[in-house]
Amino acid sequence: MYLTIDGIQKSFVNDRKENVKVLDGINLNVKKGSFVSIVGPSGCGKSTLLYLVAGLDKADNGEIRVDGELVSKPGPERVVVFQEAGLFPWLTVLENVTYGLNLKKMPKEEAKAKALDVLKMVHLSKYVNSYPHELSGGMKQRVSIARALVMEPDILLMDEPFSALDEQTRMVLHKELLDIWRKTKVTIFFITHNIREAVLLSEEVVVFATRPGRIKEIIPVPTMKDGITPDSVTLNTEQRILSILQEEIEKVLKEEIGDDYSFKTDHLHRGDSGDMGSHI
Amino acid sequence: MFPSLTQVLDTLFNGLINGQITLAIGKSMGRILLGFTIAIVVGLILGYFIWRYKLIEDTLGFVVTALQSIPSIVWFPLAIIWFGLNDFSILFIVTIGATWTMTVNATSGFKNVPQLYQRVAKVYGSSGIHFLRTVILPASVPQIISGLRIAWAFSWRALMAGELLGGGGGLGQLLEMGRSLGQMDLVISVMIIIAIIGTIVDNVVFSRLERNVEVKWGIRKRA
Repeated sequence: MYLTIDGIQKSFVNDRKENVKVLDGINLNVKKGSFVSIVGPSGCGKSTLLYLVAGLDKADNGEIRVDGELVSKPGPERVVVFQEAGLFPWLTVLENVTYGLNLKKMPKEEAKAKALDVLKMVHLSKYVNSYPHELSGGMKQRVSIARALVMEPDILLMDEPFSALDEQTRMVLHKELLDIWRKTKVTIFFITHNIREAVLLSEEVVVFATRPGRIKEIIPVPTMKDGITPDSVTLNTEQRILSILQEEIEKVLKEEIGDDYSFKTDHLHRGDSGDMGSHI
Repeated sequence: MFPSLTQVLDTLFNGLINGQITLAIGKSMGRILLGFTIAIVVGLILGYFIWRYKLIEDTLGFVVTALQSIPSIVWFPLAIIWFGLNDFSILFIVTIGATWTMTVNATSGFKNVPQLYQRVAKVYGSSGIHFLRTVILPASVPQIISGLRIAWAFSWRALMAGELLGGGGGLGQLLEMGRSLGQMDLVISVMIIIAIIGTIVDNVVFSRLERNVEVKWGIRKRA
């Protein structure tokens, strides 16, 4: 197993000085070269888990290993693509992409060549000397992906990378990401709250429960040998995941709205006092 | 009491040619450039320590904010007693006013670097000096430039006041000389020069610096 997550527990102290358990015993194994998504409602700890795998934070208990080595601090072997791209506005696209390579003391010419290669892969060759503010959201995210890929990482960690983009851009980037994945065979650990996105992209969908965060179920996504999956199969998988998540979504809504919110029947139940018996 | 415009311009022109005003400009500019540079370096260093170590922030940080409210010229009597009535005292007050301002702005700039950039840098393996040089410092540049502008204003005012009171050459001393000799045309000429220098520095140097950064970052469209 390439990525092993073993008995991870993580708590935070919230504003009211209470201990909130965010992750409660996460066990997960990911094969090398696979594409795995984590799906769950907001606040279920999926981003926290990604930060732990990245090494940006430390778990309270348990350990994470990549290729046998313990994860203790962040590094380009477990590079992250953040939701907001995070390009440095004072650097050009090319300089942003070569940032990690320069850190590794790669000679300038080699770094530039590699950067240009990967920027070609994300179809941004024309914008090599532009500054981030000149790019659209989708383009910025492409640069972010290029910057990550040029490091030839062990694992590509993606934290809801397309959530801030519009539908059309997302569709294009989905296709590009899949192309890149098939070409480079990099292991991808993908966080999203979008069930459809998870089913479209990954081989396995890990469905998270919330408060505290736990793995509820792992759903393999059936794909045909030629890579094309009929819509009915995709839809079916989505529905399965949605039904698993339903309980969790209701839990979150109940906490936020306060009343008994029933997800399926889609009405607010205001307790017994307002109940005139119309449901009988 | 009020000299005519032609008289003023005459004195101004002559002063520039025969060196009286030109020398004074040179002396003043020399002082402020030296003091200002020291203030920037010290300010950045202090700002770094205050940002990096909470203990220092709680102690030194508080002191700096208090010291910043003391007008630079107020340090002059102390400087004279410590260093004597000379060039060094004037340099001292020019530097001190700007230093606190630079420190406060540097700290603020460092603190406001978005956590996203810091996370990105860490993920790509940056740390220590590299992290400071490639992320924290560039990200703080807008705030630092803003601080530079204010620091310059404080330094300039301190310089003029110091030279006025302390003598030892420079534009401020020229003002005092003009007053004591009753040469109002000289006084007003010097005032014009002071205004011109101030405008040039602000509109040419700092505005341009600020605009370049803003265009690069996309905060302001290329006009």
